[in-house]
Amino acid sequence: MKRVEMTSMERVLTTLSHKEPDRVPLFLLLTMHGAKELGLSIKDYFSKAENVAEGQIKLQKKYHIDCYYPFFYAPIEVEAFGAKVIYREDGPPNSGLPLIQNINDIKKLEAPLVKETKVLHKVLKSIEILKKESNGNIPIIGVAVSPYSLPVMQLGFEKYLELMYYHEDLFNHLMKVNEAFCVDWSNAQLAAGATAICYFDPVSSPTLIPKEFYIKTGFQVAKRTIAKIKGPTATHLASGNCLTLADLLPETGTAVVGVSTNEDISELKQAYKNKLTVLGNLNGIEMRRWTKEEATNIVKEVIKKAAPGGGFILSDNHGEIPFQVKDETLLTITEAVKEYGTYPIK
Amino acid sequence: MNQVKRFSILLEQALLSLDQEAAERIILEAEIASSPIKIAGDLISSTLVRIGDSWESGNLSLSQVYMSGIICEKVIDKILPPQSPVRKSQPKMAIAVVEDFHLLGKRIVYSTLRASGFELIDLGGGLSIEHIINIVKTEKIKILLLSVLMLPSALRIKDLKDQLKDIDVKIVVGGAPFRFDDELWKEVGADYYGKDSSEALGIVNKIMEESR
Repeated sequence: MKRVEMTSMERVLTTLSHKEPDRVPLFLLLTMHGAKELGLSIKDYFSKAENVAEGQIKLQKKYHIDCYYPFFYAPIEVEAFGAKVIYREDGPPNSGLPLIQNINDIKKLEAPLVKETKVLHKVLKSIEILKKESNGNIPIIGVAVSPYSLPVMQLGFEKYLELMYYHEDLFNHLMKVNEAFCVDWSNAQLAAGATAICYFDPVSSPTLIPKEFYIKTGFQVAKRTIAKIKGPTATHLASGNCLTLADLLPETGTAVVGVSTNEDISELKQAYKNKLTVLGNLNGIEMRRWTKEEATNIVKEVIKKAAPGGGFILSDNHGEIPFQVKDETLLTITEAVKEYGTYPIK
Repeated sequence: MNQVKRFSILLEQALLSLDQEAAERIILEAEIASSPIKIAGDLISSTLVRIGDSWESGNLSLSQVYMSGIICEKVIDKILPPQSPVRKSQPKMAIAVVEDFHLLGKRIVYSTLRASGFELIDLGGGLSIEHIINIVKTEKIKILLLSVLMLPSALRIKDLKDQLKDIDVKIVVGGAPFRFDDELWKEVGADYYGKDSSEALGIVNKIMEESR
């Protein structure tokens, strides 16, 4: 007997409960491709809530994506603190010179209030539009950079590492400010209609920080912050490794982990089985030059290894697919998910 | 165990404990039986290469690679100041971050090369391709190390290469996009790709040998 097709929301909730839905949920995390759909420059596209909402609706329909992803660009959060964002025609807006040039300025730093920060309101408005459109059938994923990872844009990574290792008081103050902002920003997105928050936390990856140090720092920050976010969270390490954190990440209260293509997806699935849903791990950089056959084979292989039993969402490994990835490759991925991702996985 | 190996193991322990005083003591002790340039070339670079390799194999974190490089660079600057005549004779070399301000990778390579006895110009970050080309021409740079974080910046290196095709300069690239696509460095026309600071050091040594 043919199974009844689930809505995206049902599909995602089923896999989050570590059961098998009708097919593997597909989160193609496309941001800039919306500009292409609307025939706009990236800068114009991200200037209005309506553009991003319309772009997400078109992308969801075109590629049968199981979520809306109204993520504008990562530096929007440092823009909220007063930093400059640099736009380009062929890639995501980037952070300019770090806002904090002298670490002693951290003492004066205060968290901007979301309700008073105009640049963030366009994100909230796009979430509101998508909420109406989804009618509860398509999850809306909001995004917040973790308090522990935001300083890479606030100070630059080198200065941040020296702060972490040699200036504990200033580090603790910065975490306090960033935690207040992250909670306020996450909860505002949830109030606007987001279903869950993607907690981007690359600095917590052992690729960047030793696990022992993470336990004393980023792990504590994540536990405190996630506990105050009034909705489910997905922790994304943005291409960083996380296999050795399988004992810790579930304790932070998160429900999903975004994993790297550099680690074996079978081992990751096993390590996080029945603890966290695994999200990943297509290589977005390589995807740019995949042939149709390569795209199909890679999707088939990842699904075969990670999808049985549920607890898996197919996605890229970084949380943002490069602008250079071709539409036909994305369509091939969608087709391959339908063909090879229908449960039971063969 | 030979003397250099013994000092190297001690130095690695000191660096991973972020103990700059101990690192300095070990390097100074080793220097008594050797020369500053040999210390840089043998003891420090072999230790930093081993630390870099451990990151590559997933046993250490990037922060440890970075902090080790910074500590070694500080110590080597004391025994081998930047303008010292005993520093390595080398082609003119520069390092830059293309188009953004994510400087960590560049800083790690810069520290590793300097701690190994090389001198190079740090051009900084946020540089346009046109700006870099101009500096290469006016400063007569022979080895150009380019670090990138974003894919579009990596793709822009092809334009740089095209515009420098008649200039005698070797282009060495590194950074996240290259680590996730091992064909990309060839696509943009780079002469070499170093996946980490250890490889960057090996490449610079190779270019030096080839140019002799």
